[in-house]
Amino acid sequence: MRLAAPAKSSPAKTEQIILFRVSGQLFAVSSASVQEVRSADSMSGAAMEISAPGLRKVRHVVRRGDRSLFIVNGAMHFGLHAAEGALLFVLRKTRTALLIDGIDKMATMTRLQALPLSFCHEERQWYRGLTALDQSVVPVVKPEGFLSPEELALLDAALLQADNTAAAAALEEADSPQ
Amino acid sequence: MTVSAEIELQSFVLLRLGERRFAVSARQIAELVAPSRVFRFPHHTPRLEGVILRRGRIVPVCDVSEALLGKRLTSRRFYLIAVRNYGTQREWIAIPVTGECELINAEMMAAVESDAPHVGGWLSHDGDVIEVLNLDMLTPGTEQTSVQAAAPPTVEARP
Repeated sequence: MRLAAPAKSSPAKTEQIILFRVSGQLFAVSSASVQEVRSADSMSGAAMEISAPGLRKVRHVVRRGDRSLFIVNGAMHFGLHAAEGALLFVLRKTRTALLIDGIDKMATMTRLQALPLSFCHEERQWYRGLTALDQSVVPVVKPEGFLSPEELALLDAALLQADNTAAAAALEEADSPQ
Repeated sequence: MTVSAEIELQSFVLLRLGERRFAVSARQIAELVAPSRVFRFPHHTPRLEGVILRRGRIVPVCDVSEALLGKRLTSRRFYLIAVRNYGTQREWIAIPVTGECELINAEMMAAVESDAPHVGGWLSHDGDVIEVLNLDMLTPGTEQTSVQAAAPPTVEARP
């Protein structure tokens, strides 16, 4: 039985992607979605610990002006073996800084195939689709898929609580006799 | 009209999983191919092992042996590439099988209410009663049909 050939548009547009690894697994992200690449160490000084109930993949937050960036552990997000994470991708138009193991290479994607409809769980939020590259298939991540609106609400609540606790502690310290 | 003319014969592909045989309507079968490399990536959908590349398409691999036999196949010789319906959309799905497949013509008896949802019917062949599989019920994806139907199957990369 034949299926309709995949829709083609001409000329085919291409997209620059960054291939990166998390716990040995290869992923791709559009280079246009990556605002910054930082070493995890360079961010550690500015990072504040945060704990949202039931959300183990985010342990730290970084303040940038009035913007808070939540550091998402890529290995925990994808359910892979725990990894230290050496690099951070600050993802454009999101509040996510993604902790990854390293960058593999840059490449040009000529075709993005939608995730097959058989995949019907959280992965539909994780991936824009799949691309065939060098006789291999790589999932292309969705930058906004690392933190759902519900997770962001949980993190914002945890952040507010942490701020209040810190403010109360500062007040207490200021009021205490020298 | 003779009795034989009233019998509606249909074409089925018989596939083997371990020691058992099952049937799928021949209209749903695209091809039988040798195993190729399975590309795996994180996901949460049960029964899906990953994807294979076939004729430029990315085809999900769905192991149905555990659902049908209660155990996973230890050996596989081919992938039966079948068409799976998702509402109005149709996509290929690769099912690992253990032996050669056979094309037969037979009359299908309709499934009854007490049959499992994946049973589309029954047929009799070579003295065996064989389940005709309803792949739409056997393979994942049914619960998301309405949401997914809106998504295009293929998109060009956008800069």
